[in-house]
Amino acid sequence: MKRRDFVKLSGLGLGATMLPAGLIAGNRISAEELLNPGLDVTVKKRLADVALNASKSKGATYADVRIGRYLRQYLFTRENKVQNIVNSESYGIGIRVIANGTWGFASTNTMTPESIAECAVMAVDMAKANAEIQREPVVLAPQKGVGEKTWKTPIKKNAFEIPVKEKIDLLMDVNGAALKNGASFVTSNLFFVNEQKYFASTDGSYIDQDVHRMWPTFTVSAVNRQTGRFKSRDALSAPIGMGYEYLSDNPAEKIVIPNGPTVYRYAYNMIEDATAAALQAKEKLSAKSVPAGKYDMILDPSNLGLTIHESVGHPLELDRVLGYEANLAGTSFATMEKLQSKNFQYGSKIVNLVADKIQPNTMGLVGYDDEGVPCKKWDLVRNGILVNFQATRDQVHLLGETESQGCSFAESWDSVQFQRMPNVSLQPSEGKYSINDMIRDTEKGIYILGRGSSSIDQQRYNFQFSGQLFYEIKEGKIVGMLDDVAYQSNTQEFWNSCARICDKDDYRLFGTFFDGKGQPGQASAVSHGCPTTRFNGVNVINTGRKI
Amino acid sequence: MAILSQEEAKRLIDKVLSYSKADEMKVELNGGRTGNIRFARNSVSTAGATNNLTVSVTAVLGKRIGTSDINEFDEASLEKAVRRAEEMARLAPENPEYMPMPGPQTYTSPQAFVETTAGMKAPDRARLAGASIKSIMASQLSGAGFLDDSATFNAIGNSKGLFGYHKSTNANFSLTIRTPDGTGSGYAAGDFNDVSKLKTGALTDIAIQKARASQKAVALEPGKYTVILEPLAAGELIQFMMRAMDARTADEGRSFLSKKGGGTRLGEKLLDERVTIYSDPTDSQVPSSPFSGDGYPYEKVVWFDKGVVKNMSYSPYWAKQKGVKPLPEPSGFVMEGGTQSLADMIKGTEKGILVTRFWYTRWLDPQTLLYTGLTRDGTFYIDNGQIKHPIKNFRFNESPVIMLNNLEAIGIPERTRGCMVPPLRIRDFTFSSLSDAV
Repeated sequence: MKRRDFVKLSGLGLGATMLPAGLIAGNRISAEELLNPGLDVTVKKRLADVALNASKSKGATYADVRIGRYLRQYLFTRENKVQNIVNSESYGIGIRVIANGTWGFASTNTMTPESIAECAVMAVDMAKANAEIQREPVVLAPQKGVGEKTWKTPIKKNAFEIPVKEKIDLLMDVNGAALKNGASFVTSNLFFVNEQKYFASTDGSYIDQDVHRMWPTFTVSAVNRQTGRFKSRDALSAPIGMGYEYLSDNPAEKIVIPNGPTVYRYAYNMIEDATAAALQAKEKLSAKSVPAGKYDMILDPSNLGLTIHESVGHPLELDRVLGYEANLAGTSFATMEKLQSKNFQYGSKIVNLVADKIQPNTMGLVGYDDEGVPCKKWDLVRNGILVNFQATRDQVHLLGETESQGCSFAESWDSVQFQRMPNVSLQPSEGKYSINDMIRDTEKGIYILGRGSSSIDQQRYNFQFSGQLFYEIKEGKIVGMLDDVAYQSNTQEFWNSCARICDKDDYRLFGTFFDGKGQPGQASAVSHGCPTTRFNGVNVINTGRKI
Repeated sequence: MAILSQEEAKRLIDKVLSYSKADEMKVELNGGRTGNIRFARNSVSTAGATNNLTVSVTAVLGKRIGTSDINEFDEASLEKAVRRAEEMARLAPENPEYMPMPGPQTYTSPQAFVETTAGMKAPDRARLAGASIKSIMASQLSGAGFLDDSATFNAIGNSKGLFGYHKSTNANFSLTIRTPDGTGSGYAAGDFNDVSKLKTGALTDIAIQKARASQKAVALEPGKYTVILEPLAAGELIQFMMRAMDARTADEGRSFLSKKGGGTRLGEKLLDERVTIYSDPTDSQVPSSPFSGDGYPYEKVVWFDKGVVKNMSYSPYWAKQKGVKPLPEPSGFVMEGGTQSLADMIKGTEKGILVTRFWYTRWLDPQTLLYTGLTRDGTFYIDNGQIKHPIKNFRFNESPVIMLNNLEAIGIPERTRGCMVPPLRIRDFTFSSLSDAV
């Protein structure tokens, strides 16, 4: 839900006034207060022990505690105006217990020992009340306590230490560059998040983590009043698990496509991209409307990342496979039988997809998940065959495994943790193969960049994706821009049409900052890496209409 | 208790305002409780409850704005929140579009609070979920559902003497029931301010019936079909149109309401003449807040009158530019209906497709309000006035604007997701591909 609202927001280029309340959870504070250190780890341990002891004494057989301080700074501008700056802090404790074989959860932001003990009792009472209608007692995979640990996202520049003025100046330059190059309108935003999470459990773990991520983005619009047409182009940046250093110019982190756009790896030049976006938005106004039909699709990571997210990441969530998300997100075509057959051809033989929570610069990178499991990397699809799912401690036994993969996450201290997607990425090909090689080798194709409209069914078979930029390829060359493009396929058919994957030099990250799941809905952030990849003979529809 | 009475709220707001040294100050109070229970595979999975009360203080110095929130209510903390908002305003960049706060307003009094709902507790939720699970198991099917309820209030006051107070309760239930072999799936949902109107048993029966009836679906060729959209499906597409009524976007040339050559389509007949859509906070079936976040009143507003664009929403800034009254965008809507029941509409359909609900509906083109999405949890073929058989799900690519021009029949409106929406029969609805999903 939250992501949907957000997609609407960014898609229409609307301002901060439309920002869904859930995205600014917590109390608004000053920018300086974002740098306050928060509670000392010894105090957190003492408060956590209050919760663990209270839970156990009321009959919990297991308990975990998350003391969270979630800091956010969001900046919103349009043209030459700052629309809004939000600095917020959300701080409190969530207590999850198992009593009578049933989960219970309660949370509070009153951080006194008395209130925390009371909250623990509420969680146990809720577990006991719900045990009356429990038919599948919780089975928790063992997890040895890890003792006292700390972990921090390896950032170079903490974005909260950069003065607000510097950020506003950047956005004003971004907007100025777009307007100077012919944009009719431009909105630009910066999102910075720091999750300070302390986890403790009755297993004997006390884990203090400091997690950072950020997302610079914009939408540039071009309007032709005479024809009444308007087109927009969103930033080609990635939300990323980095500090402010991502916003820098580094030629080594840039790939310039002849006759095409410039794309970025681990350093993003926002002003340069906005300049290009203005020119491209104007070009889109008169771009050729695509003839529907079959094309070889060359998908940039900024586009394929979302397709990976929706057609690989979500269907391989074990809770979906089992039916726990049937009422909202749906179930999955990738059933347990398909996994157990060991021969389900998810994709062509060159397709290798990994789940990876230890990959640098990604938003899913943490030391431990939200139930204290050390993070790892594992195969989901190996040589095209489905080999595994993503699971949490209370579900992994259904895969016949004894150790969780570490996929538990809660968006805040006041929401209960459940299975969330790790980074899921497509592995590059072994030999040398660049985007230019791929374009050269394509007879009749469409090259798509950027995140556009996306939709996929509740079992993840049928999908339709659009993008930001569409280039027609004829006989090995980009010949011009197209418009009204969306590709439709079926997950298995699509991944089996995967014909070529570029090499590791082209590997880049895509990310989604507000991925929604669950009831009540929770947002998480996750990255997807891949190189530019070609899929042969994909169905393209024309989305142009008249009203 | 997180729900303050109107008097308590007024006292607290006045106290906060008394600390103000700013040019203008606004104080908002938001509080209440929520509770939920979730089940899947015929067993409870998770549950939760929250209780919260927050004071938000917005200070304005010239055209600089600062906002701070706090959850503590002693005098020292409240004064600290005021000083902090003022300090933040001092440091903020000027907002050239800032508009002075409105003075005292007259608000309507929607009746949206029901004590029975406010009193819901964990065992009440377990009882309702448990009864639903029992019926599902007796039918040898597998169910997943979600029940959540809330009792909340919001109050607003400012240094110009404005004050508003509103409280409401809500109870929502939805469930998806699947056949054990995975070939059938049915859905039902309901939402009311009064939990006693939420018939979880009847909703469970509908979902059971749909799950069974949707087994062994037949594939039809994609193309243009006559469809009957149940209120849930129709409402999903119409709500996107209702969220795109902003006048500024239209004036800027980037809305479906923008006119070729400049200007907007206000006053133009854009939809079938049977389409009238309005919003009204005092509507007895979908009552909602009588004021917006900045204190402007929500009143009854007709957005489409017999197919003609009658109103667009104006932010205070844009209203000033255009010399009109600010008009907040609607938080819900009522679409006028006809007298036919859904069953009558099916009977009157020679050939068509009945759609229970849509899923994953996303914009494709803001210019034409083209959306894509899929049918889900009960899609059936109608032949000669009768439901003949279930069909496989389709992907659609369609615009609510085109859809509401291809209108054949309108049924009796029902409450769905806080709006009143009738079932609709639409000709030439565009399905672009098939889905194997159940």
